[in-house]
Amino acid sequence: MDSITLIAMASIITAGLTIAIGGIAPALGEGRAVSTALSSLAQQPDASTTITRTLFVGLAMIESIAIYCFVVSMILIFANPFWDHVIAQVAK
Amino acid sequence: MHLSSDALILWQHGFVKLNVTIVTTWVLMLVMVVGAKLVTRNLEHRVDISRWQSLLEVVVVTIRNQIGEVGLQHPEKYLGFLGTLFLFIALSNFCTIFPGYEPPTGSLSTTAALALSVFVAVPLFGIAESGLGIFLRSYTKPTFIMLPFNIISELSRTLALAIRLFGNIMSGAMILAILLTITPFIFPIVMTMLGLLTGMVQAYIFAILATVYIAAATRAREEASD
Repeated sequence: MDSITLIAMASIITAGLTIAIGGIAPALGEGRAVSTALSSLAQQPDASTTITRTLFVGLAMIESIAIYCFVVSMILIFANPFWDHVIAQVAK
Repeated sequence: MHLSSDALILWQHGFVKLNVTIVTTWVLMLVMVVGAKLVTRNLEHRVDISRWQSLLEVVVVTIRNQIGEVGLQHPEKYLGFLGTLFLFIALSNFCTIFPGYEPPTGSLSTTAALALSVFVAVPLFGIAESGLGIFLRSYTKPTFIMLPFNIISELSRTLALAIRLFGNIMSGAMILAILLTITPFIFPIVMTMLGLLTGMVQAYIFAILATVYIAAATRAREEASD
């Protein structure tokens, strides 16, 4: 198998696996965060603004893990330096 | 399909390149500065003030209250920096309503610049509040062994700020572009609404995280005294 095929195959498979596996844990974590926030809202409705704001900040921090995986996936598909390098070599 | 608007170059002379990101950023800055100047030309103290002044007052007072709630004393000192951060990111994400607009926050250069300005501002505010010695000593809390970890956490916080904002906005624009080639009728409108919501939330998150970092840095003096 020549290097073009190898790089293309590895990039495509890795891009798919990255976002698939990388989305599992943040989703579980966000579910737990929201459920805990809901139960504490039910226990103390007076603190709802603080709880809601902290919930959103926490959700954004958890979400950023999924975003990192997405960025890696996009880089592998659209801005892949190995692919550009190997294509430039073939074009010569 | 390009990853960010850095690739679209409008004008080039030698090695100076004007890409869409720079032009959009300057247009947004112009809109904000000229708009604010026009509204605050004749500030009035009466009960019935003009609608635009009332709007600006609501915005400024809300931001100041939010900064105070996070735990910063004298929010007026930080209102300029944090308020501008929030308003710039919010406006640049909000203008995705206009067709043909590429948000400058969808480019890693803009978000890296914003994260670097937070990275520089946090020690500046900390030193202005607590003095150089106490601030530097706060890096060795709770024990001296934590010094490299505190430094690494500073750097990774900055990186996370940049990549979080870039990833959210770029992914919204890219998903929209992909959907437009598949189902160009109703679904892209739903995704645009979702993109607007995440844009506003990310602007708020960026500003709140910057506030929390500055609050942690300016609290060094109280922690050193006990």
